[in-house]
Amino acid sequence: MTDFALTRPDFDVIAGWVQPGERVLDLGCGDGSLLKRLIETRGVLGWGVEIDDARVLAAIRNGINVIQGDLEGGLKDFEDGAFQHVILSQTLQAMRHTEDIVNEMLRVGREAVVSFPNFGYWKHRQAILNGRMPVSESLPHQWYNSPNLRFFTIADFDAFCAERGIVVRERKVFDEGREIAEEHNFLGSTAVYRLGRPRAPR
Amino acid sequence: MSNQRGIGEVRPERARFDAPLPLASGGTLPGFELIYETYGKLNTAASNAILICHALSGHHHVAGHYADDPGNVGWWDNMIGPGRPIDTDRFFVVGVNNLGGCHGSTGPASINPATGKAWGADFPVVTVTDWVNAQARLADRLGISRWAATVGGSLGGMQAMQWAMQFPERVRHALAIAAAPNLTAENIAFNEVARQAILTDAEYQAGRRPVTGLRLARMLGHITYLSDDQMAEKFGRKRRADAGCYGFGVEFEVESYLNYQGDKFAEWFDADTYLRMTKALDYFDPAGECGGNLQAALARARARFLVISFSTDWRFSPARSREIVDALVHNGQDVAYAEIKSVHGHDSFLMQDAHYHAIVRAYLDGVSP
Repeated sequence: MTDFALTRPDFDVIAGWVQPGERVLDLGCGDGSLLKRLIETRGVLGWGVEIDDARVLAAIRNGINVIQGDLEGGLKDFEDGAFQHVILSQTLQAMRHTEDIVNEMLRVGREAVVSFPNFGYWKHRQAILNGRMPVSESLPHQWYNSPNLRFFTIADFDAFCAERGIVVRERKVFDEGREIAEEHNFLGSTAVYRLGRPRAPR
Repeated sequence: MSNQRGIGEVRPERARFDAPLPLASGGTLPGFELIYETYGKLNTAASNAILICHALSGHHHVAGHYADDPGNVGWWDNMIGPGRPIDTDRFFVVGVNNLGGCHGSTGPASINPATGKAWGADFPVVTVTDWVNAQARLADRLGISRWAATVGGSLGGMQAMQWAMQFPERVRHALAIAAAPNLTAENIAFNEVARQAILTDAEYQAGRRPVTGLRLARMLGHITYLSDDQMAEKFGRKRRADAGCYGFGVEFEVESYLNYQGDKFAEWFDADTYLRMTKALDYFDPAGECGGNLQAALARARARFLVISFSTDWRFSPARSREIVDALVHNGQDVAYAEIKSVHGHDSFLMQDAHYHAIVRAYLDGVSP
């Protein structure tokens, strides 16, 4: 998963959103590649959460502050506002407790960064029209072996945020490594969001 | 095992310290001796030293064996040696028997210079902080101004942490395995039953070896070091072939096992040491010195931490390790945490487990010698 992770376009976007010296929590951090890159290029202070034994080992080998734990149980061990950014990269679609984790991210972090594959991507729509479940670079698994539990589009996620009063501060959408300027929900295969809570009125 | 040869023959050494040691209890120990072993070579910068801290009944003989006693293999030999997770080809490893112990360091069996007789029950109660102060003198003697790492399991893990808090500039990495920020009431309760077994033994009260009390203390302790699953798997309800019925002899396999463990322990372990080691565990509470604030206690440390817990350890549960991790994260300190799946309960930290050992190895690979 390392090689795949390092080529993910959302890494560059996330690197642009964090500031030196910030505290960053990466949920489902895998072998820690993203954190390692953020630490080395952006000078953040990073911690990661990972459940899988082999990935925890790989992250320790990478010198990462990895904490073994299960995201489905929430982030109860972390304090409110403990981090500037909490990242969930290409993992939300594989989680059962979708609402809980987004709420938890915005509790422990000032901002949440979420990236996911867009089910509304035109190739995926075309596959469905042809009567088959989509298989693509961003959805590489077959229906029977996919780790993904949730299939949603950029429009779905926008509605999800709007209904819960979550502010979309920024959204960047990509296809084949290039940023998509318009028709995000049709032309984009992956999306990266920067989310926050409405700022309290003064 | 990645390397079969191990460290080979080792020998214990002694260091005598004549300056009095002030103790947490308010008392003073008028000089003391520490028995220790070292493996590997201290580099010229003296920057590759790792201290191994032992648990309740442990000692300085951590790895290898003695020339005249090849069967006496160190208690953490599977972890320490050439090419092993704590690699003696890279690191200079020091094992030391804690003050108050019964394996050669000054303890209840030593002579009290004031009376010319063995200290026995008069030996002062010592704490983890006292151990660390005593060991700092050994580190000075060995020319080690800063440990590359302090490492330990259980009570030893607490001590590894204590080193990092008490001498922040002298510890680069602290590995706290199967440890906790302090003992829970349940844990103190177990220790108290064990102590009462010894203290109420008429033999102990008469100044003799309380074999019955030590047996009971060890049997109780042993139950808490194992897991329910492991006992079910190892013993279940199996009975001994020669067992009688409807009596009180040793009938179930688990009874036989516990009795054996108790007998073995009572033969050699010093009761006064046992009382003191359990008390040191009970007293350990770095947060207590900071108004109950573990974060403040750990904030003193400059070390990076590796915290490891085991899924079936109910005496020092994963949740207790998480308290340490969470306090460190709160402080913005470096920490990695692994929860190892294991059936062996608290004793898991002593076991040969590929993933557990890989974690320790991977972490130490990132520690410059």
